[in-house]
Amino acid sequence: MTETVKSLSHLELGERDETFLGSNELIINMGPQHPATHGVLRVILKLDGEKVLGTECVIGYLHRGVEKIAENRTYSMFNPYVDRMDYVAAVSNGLGYCEAVEKLLNIQAPPRANHIRVILTELNRIASHQLWLGTHALDIGAITPLFYTFRDREEILKVFEKYCGARLTTHAFRIGGCLYETYEGFERDVKKFCDFVQPKIDEYEELLTTNRIWVERTKGVGVISAADCKALGVTGPVLRASGVKWDIRKAQPYANYSEFDFEIPTRGAGDTYDRYMVRMAEMRQSLRIIRQAVERIPEGPIMAKVPKVIKPPVGEIYHSIEAPKGELGYFIVSDGSTQPYRVRVRPPSFVNLQALDSMVRGQLVADVIAVIGTLDIVLGEVDR
Amino acid sequence: MLDYITSYLHSNETPGGAGNMFWAFLYILAIFVGLSIAVIAMNWLERKILAHMQVRLGPMRVGPHGLLQPIADALKLLIKEDIMPAEADQLVFWVAPLITVLAAFTTFIVVPFGPTHAVTDMNIGILFMLGVSSLGVLGIVTAGWASNSHYPLIGSLRSSAQMVSYEIAMGLAVVSAVLMTSLHGSGIYGTGTAGSGIGTLSMIGIVNAQQEQQTWFAFKFFPLGLIALFVFAVAMVAETNRAPFDLPEAESELTAGFHTEYSGFRWSLFFLAEYSAMIAVSSIAVTLWLGGWLRPFANLLSGPTWDLVFSAFPGLTFLGLAAMALFSAKRMPKHRFFKIQTLGLAGFGAVLGLIGLILFIPPVRDRIQDIYWFVAKVAVFMYLYIWYRGTFPRYRFDQLMQVGWKVLLPTGLAVLVATALVGVL
Repeated sequence: MTETVKSLSHLELGERDETFLGSNELIINMGPQHPATHGVLRVILKLDGEKVLGTECVIGYLHRGVEKIAENRTYSMFNPYVDRMDYVAAVSNGLGYCEAVEKLLNIQAPPRANHIRVILTELNRIASHQLWLGTHALDIGAITPLFYTFRDREEILKVFEKYCGARLTTHAFRIGGCLYETYEGFERDVKKFCDFVQPKIDEYEELLTTNRIWVERTKGVGVISAADCKALGVTGPVLRASGVKWDIRKAQPYANYSEFDFEIPTRGAGDTYDRYMVRMAEMRQSLRIIRQAVERIPEGPIMAKVPKVIKPPVGEIYHSIEAPKGELGYFIVSDGSTQPYRVRVRPPSFVNLQALDSMVRGQLVADVIAVIGTLDIVLGEVDR
Repeated sequence: MLDYITSYLHSNETPGGAGNMFWAFLYILAIFVGLSIAVIAMNWLERKILAHMQVRLGPMRVGPHGLLQPIADALKLLIKEDIMPAEADQLVFWVAPLITVLAAFTTFIVVPFGPTHAVTDMNIGILFMLGVSSLGVLGIVTAGWASNSHYPLIGSLRSSAQMVSYEIAMGLAVVSAVLMTSLHGSGIYGTGTAGSGIGTLSMIGIVNAQQEQQTWFAFKFFPLGLIALFVFAVAMVAETNRAPFDLPEAESELTAGFHTEYSGFRWSLFFLAEYSAMIAVSSIAVTLWLGGWLRPFANLLSGPTWDLVFSAFPGLTFLGLAAMALFSAKRMPKHRFFKIQTLGLAGFGAVLGLIGLILFIPPVRDRIQDIYWFVAKVAVFMYLYIWYRGTFPRYRFDQLMQVGWKVLLPTGLAVLVATALVGVL
């Protein structure tokens, strides 16, 4: 009975293993239609009662062929498509893509554009973390935080809407800088939001951080060691909760993150509770960055000199940024034409999802839900 | 015939006790209707209260402030297609919701809404209630099994384990309350009079004992009564599968748990059963620890004047509700579209006000106030249920077992032994 399944490659539906009591192991399809798999993830669970013997993720239900589409679009035409990958952090996706192409073209976005980019990206990080917190808490059974976080996320979306007209898939940035100048009162709105959301983050923590049931449900659940994180390529808050101080904003600064003063929050245990604490601290650090950026936003152009027809020289580039979920990388191969020869995205959600199996093996069904939530995956990004 | 009917009115017994079938039938009917209305009201209240805890409005479209929403829901459920999975065990699948509903409703036979306001008074009342209410789990287990599907199966397994674990803690808490009916205690806890040594299991007897001893059992042998009430209050939430112990239907894990395959009217039976079970266990808690139909502050604020003041509460409550409804009607948008809704709300307020006024008439007032206090106390527990749901995350299965066996069971046992010791010392 206690024999753990080493590999699930033989796992077939219908074929049942006998346990020593003669009862059967249960194979359950969790998803693709399930309230807690964050979209259309399908997890095949092998259960012994409530205990998870192994999992197998089936993905691809939201596959739209984003990378293939890129090969038939010009560089600027492909820009809005990246917003649809991680649709809760569209601004980060756009930033990564624009910077990658800029690197390929060897141009630099002007300082004012960089400041605007940092402000919007960090706002988006908060929005993404808020959405994660709400849904994660909902998965664990606390229904109230969801409405609190969505109420406050709304304020961020309002800023986005005022800035570029869209709330979710913003397409805020262009290759070479930003298309839109900040609107009248942008700075005031952002500052007001910072003052507004600071006590709200305390409010979320009040609901959860010391909540006995929350602590019991998250402490020691879905533990992943730093070594395992590195082996699996896991990045982002998951990695930092395991004690690795790795944040691309500090490690390989992009945009103008090197100008700002902020910390990388890390924790040691690598369990669900620590990942929660890391993300909560990250929201506060993002606020710190936004406050600094909005204070010293310089005057000047918002667009670099970019040719009308973007035709990068032959070559390839890999550029990665710290998206809310981890390292988001773009690998672009140019054959010198107006369309990329190949675009490959390194999505943090997809890579982090690999860790699911090792994190839940031997734990209970309820923990699978908690771990899927804590990995903070977005299926649009996993499947692309 | 008329004598048969009117003779009961002068007796001081329950219809069952007086052997009067006519009134017993009438009481059963009243309980059935009252319970259905309570469930409907509870549905609306839960959605509204939960919504306001979660910075939203809740139902607002069907009727003023969504007052007609539960009716719309019920109608929708009734006219839904009746689906039975092809692989299900047809008969068991059909019977399961009936068992749950029957168990939940039958318990109300012995619930004492007042000294005479119960269908009947059994000498094993509390035992009967515990026994029948735990039959409900049978329906849940059979529902999960008959669905022939994985999620319901896991849900029903969880629920059976959960019920067995929490029933024990619940039973221990109940026994300590029953002990209190016979033990008057002396020394620091003494009430002055020695107990007869004869306890009672009758629901009405338990409340009478609290009246005689001039204390609610929650405050007796402080803090033992309170701890027992606490153990019961936790166990009863687990017993009724409500948050944070709603594992059998854990939405985020098991989609809908044991009733995943149920829809339409069958599902609504489960819903009805769940809410009536909540009311049933709450009324046990009220009867055993919070003095049942007795009015609060009977010792502190005694005398005929205070009696009169407290007897005005039912009427005042309804007048307050009427005032709320009328105030809301006044605040409704002044638009042609809302005219019918505004009139409806005002009419509802007028009806409530009228009921409130009727409740001030002395004969009605005297008969109704027992029921009022009982229902008010149960309502507090129902509010707590909603509050828990808005506040707590869900326990995991092993943690649930841990709470049941390692915390509640020892606590319940300790309280029981301590009550027995304190009572005879």
